[in-house]
Amino acid sequence: MLELRNISFEVSEDSKEKEILKDISFTLEDHKFVAITGPNGGGKSTLARVIAGIEKPTSGQILLDGEDITQLSITERAKRGISYAFQQPVRFKGVTVLDLIRLAAGRDISAAGACEYLSEVGLCAKDYINREVNASLSGGEIKRIEIATVMARNTKISVFDEPEAGIDLWSFQNLIQVFEKMHERLDGSILIISHQERILKTADEIVVIADGMIKKCGPKEEILPTLLGESSGAECKFWKKGEK
Amino acid sequence: MDAIQKQLLEAVAGFHELPAGAYNIRANGQTAARNSSANIEIIPKDNGTGIEIHIKPGTKRESVHIPVILSQSGLKEVVYNDFYIGEDADVTIIAGCGIHNGGPATSQHDGIHSFFIGKNAKVRYIEKHYGSGDGSGERIMNPKTVVQISEGGYMEMETVQIKGVDSTIRETDAKLAESAKMVVTERLMTHGHQTAESRFKIAMNGKGSGANIVSRSVARDESKQVFFSDLEGNAPCSGHTECDAIIVGNAKISSIPQITANHPDAALIHEAAIGKIAGEQIIKLMTLGLTEAEAEEQIISGFLK
Repeated sequence: MLELRNISFEVSEDSKEKEILKDISFTLEDHKFVAITGPNGGGKSTLARVIAGIEKPTSGQILLDGEDITQLSITERAKRGISYAFQQPVRFKGVTVLDLIRLAAGRDISAAGACEYLSEVGLCAKDYINREVNASLSGGEIKRIEIATVMARNTKISVFDEPEAGIDLWSFQNLIQVFEKMHERLDGSILIISHQERILKTADEIVVIADGMIKKCGPKEEILPTLLGESSGAECKFWKKGEK
Repeated sequence: MDAIQKQLLEAVAGFHELPAGAYNIRANGQTAARNSSANIEIIPKDNGTGIEIHIKPGTKRESVHIPVILSQSGLKEVVYNDFYIGEDADVTIIAGCGIHNGGPATSQHDGIHSFFIGKNAKVRYIEKHYGSGDGSGERIMNPKTVVQISEGGYMEMETVQIKGVDSTIRETDAKLAESAKMVVTERLMTHGHQTAESRFKIAMNGKGSGANIVSRSVARDESKQVFFSDLEGNAPCSGHTECDAIIVGNAKISSIPQITANHPDAALIHEAAIGKIAGEQIIKLMTLGLTEAEAEEQIISGFLK
């Protein structure tokens, strides 16, 4: 179980403090699939980075199964069971897809074992296993490899930052299935940042974040109709004028 | 051969025992073993300064090993090896030099390799350099490779120097005839106070010739590296040179690429990038459970693979 207590995160911008996250609290229960959605720039990715340990919150606490992990490094959090799929996956010259999956799995799995993860994300494994994770991969390819690395880790908490970004429509259906399967099989919880209605529909719960704050939070059945029903246009879909 | 020499041989040539086929093993300035095969003849030069390697036209899928090892501290030598590759041959040449210096004097090996590659011949040339020993004497290697590739010939050159060489000046000078191709992959790592200089000069003289020079290097600690590449397009040709370098610690690296088109249909590209390991790369590997130091090692070993 992952618990966020009163998480705030500030950055200095032009010698002014800017609050990216404001007093965020929520709990990701075991075996739950939670989707975070909301407008761009609302603080969703920052929240994911705070959970992974890439950013340290200005105030607040993060607890994993009751243990305070707020001050732990990225490595220590990874070892305790937090995985994080980057929105923009990192490229490496010389590191192959197989190397990366082996590092993720934390053991010397066979090429055949690594291929299973690639097949699950819709990549023909034999074409990719020995390729370098470099600029020769397309955005969609590298994104799927990123998801495969998180699957290979098979940890308690898996955080995905906009997994659908850069993936073509043709593959999108498969992607949904990947998350559905992970949800069924994984002995842990999934947190997905997404704008996609299809992914939101797969989730158990939805959290809406805008302007650094949780605007709504609850079961999918409750939240989803309110999101889809709201008018967009000049007004912000999630944050209406006058709302604070 | 003693244990140190065997260990050097293993590091640069990958074997303990004598290989199959043609070979020439030079140890402490002397020939330790030599063997010619039906298609590959190794002839020593009269004055003992090197060998001539003659590969018969049409020789296919054969290899020649010519490792050099120095374990006697203070030995300095200049060796001239000439390779004559017959037309349509397809061979692999594995060179390499290992120096173990356990004493205070400088040990140095300068190897000048000249390749005469016949029409449509294909050569894969592998060169590994390695140094060991805790003596205060320097370990110096200065390889020079001079290449002439005839019409339709092809040369693939892989050079690796990962550890233990205090100072190196590497020079590669090639001339390419019509449709000749040359591909170079260089891997270099320096540490401590080592210095390395690598110079390439490739003249593409024939129509349809092409060269691709890719250098990846890592400079650690207080070491210094300089990379020069000079591609000259004198005919319709295509050339590409790329130097990627990672700095770790206080090392210094210069990359000086030069491309010259002396023909309107010469297409030449140079790319060069120097910098520390990208922070995002380290963060990504840390999210997989590696420590910062482990992530750095992983990135470097992949980069130099």
